Amino acid sequence: MVVFEKPKSLTSAELHYCPGCTHGIIHRLVAEAIDTLGIEGKTIGVAPVGCAVMAYDYFACDMIEAAHGRAPAVATGIKRANPENVVFTYQGDGDLASIGMAETVHAAARNENITVIFVNNAIYGMTGGQMAPTSLPGQVTQTSPYGRDVKVAGYPVRVSEMLAALDGPAFVARVAVNNVKNVRNAKKVIQKAFENQLAGKGFSLVEVVSSCPTNWGMTPQKALDWVDEKMIPYYPLGVYKDKTAEEDA
Amino acid sequence: MSEKVLMKGNEAIAEAAIRAGCRHYFGYPITPQTELAAYMAKRMPRIGGVFLQAESEISAINMVYGVASTGKRVMTSSSSPGISLKQEGISYIAGADLPALIVNVERGGPGLGGIQPSQADYFQATKGGGHGDYHLIVLTPASVQEMADLTALAFDLADQYRMPAMLLADGTIGQMMEPVELPAESGCTVEKPWALTGTGMKRPHNIVNSLYLVPEELEKTNFERFERYRKIEETEVRYESFMTEDADVAVVAFGIAARVSKNAVLAARKEGIKAGLIRPITVWPFPKQPIAALADRVKGFVSVELSMGQMIEDVKLACSCKKPVSLCNRAGGMIPTPEAVLAAIREMNGGN
Repeated sequence: MVVFEKPKSLTSAELHYCPGCTHGIIHRLVAEAIDTLGIEGKTIGVAPVGCAVMAYDYFACDMIEAAHGRAPAVATGIKRANPENVVFTYQGDGDLASIGMAETVHAAARNENITVIFVNNAIYGMTGGQMAPTSLPGQVTQTSPYGRDVKVAGYPVRVSEMLAALDGPAFVARVAVNNVKNVRNAKKVIQKAFENQLAGKGFSLVEVVSSCPTNWGMTPQKALDWVDEKMIPYYPLGVYKDKTAEEDA
Repeated sequence: MSEKVLMKGNEAIAEAAIRAGCRHYFGYPITPQTELAAYMAKRMPRIGGVFLQAESEISAINMVYGVASTGKRVMTSSSSPGISLKQEGISYIAGADLPALIVNVERGGPGLGGIQPSQADYFQATKGGGHGDYHLIVLTPASVQEMADLTALAFDLADQYRMPAMLLADGTIGQMMEPVELPAESGCTVEKPWALTGTGMKRPHNIVNSLYLVPEELEKTNFERFERYRKIEETEVRYESFMTEDADVAVVAFGIAARVSKNAVLAARKEGIKAGLIRPITVWPFPKQPIAALADRVKGFVSVELSMGQMIEDVKLACSCKKPVSLCNRAGGMIPTPEAVLAAIREMNGGN
């Protein structure tokens, strides 16, 4: 009897992520949502530029690779062309909250009927650990070697809170994947973000607070602890906007 | 045979695109292509199409990339500064081998430049424009009729060769009103098994991508793409040859510059100077062969351009510098007069 197996909507390609990286968990949660809803055959995913750039090899549904930060615009085009498809983007913090901020904000403002998975690990991973728009004050990175000085580099961007201030988006929530309880909750919320699209509710973004042991310079366990100690206090978990609840009520 | 209607060049592009089956338009406001977007905004919602004013040129071209990946006909339009912003996306579309139409109703530059007509984006359009090795099929209308006809052709060629096509117009043709016979309804006739439609659990997943981390693989995609380009250069060159049979002086000009040049050629003929005109309709692929053929018997060429002289490089290459090539140009939104072109013809003919 098989009690635990790989989600069907993940391919058998070997993931390239570093040991202890939480991208693997998040890929799995997205794939489980796709499997549960039985939508693999009509789903189209948009991969970012960043650590998840090769997500197109990992998800078994149709995939496209977008330019850095442009995934919400690409997803908009696909969804407008094929409204019957389920379209999701999978983006990191540099991609979504820095270079692609305009695309993110306007896709949300239009309440574009897409699902956005936003992985916030407070650093640029793929390029070797530079300061991200979400790097914490004082956080040491390759490009903030003395710690992020907010007088010079400004403050981190709280994407979920910011988007929740818009009238447009249907659903904005922040989850984490640093312990079993949080992973189980993240699974539910990610699935809801896909269900919203199926129900035509509109733009649904799930910010996933995540870890980067390699570029944080920590062991995987220490990195997960750091999520609890530093990340979550700055980026509190919760549902920031849910128009779907209002509509259903 | 349908009736002729009086239309602005920019509107003729829009209507021709709709008749060619394009139901997806993404743009951002910029002069002097405004009428095109306005026409789409009016028509698309009425025919079940999509008009979306994007937050930027960058977003607009990436929306185009998204629709193109689904295999549906899609376009964007802009003018010079906006086209610069689109270059990243155009490079991705070319790198992912997707068909799409990009319209550039050129204005003077560089920088913010001006809003008067120009042809100063010739290098950008014909040599790639964005990063990496690639080409666009570039069509240059010289009348409102051609704005319509070449739009339909551009969609067909883009689909046929799986690459982006550009309509390289200028503010004059865009704003000009002329009678136009609109093309018949058409649509895509090629199969697109690569399109993202959802697997339907019936096939392996399709991936639209331009990333190849193994250099041997990336090189192979470049080689294959350029093999396709070579075929296009053999079969898709389009140009008009006007009074060149016995010409001593050959003018080379496209778009509005060609219309001015035609008058100058006729004026030269009245003076007894045997002038002719080669009017490239495709500037990539460039009509090298007819220029090379003329090089053996003309005294020289005159390249007439609304730029500081960009196409002149291709004219020199095409004639292998066998004969002199002079430049008759204005820039910054100015247009050469027929008199100026006539003077350049006289000079190339050996003085007046």
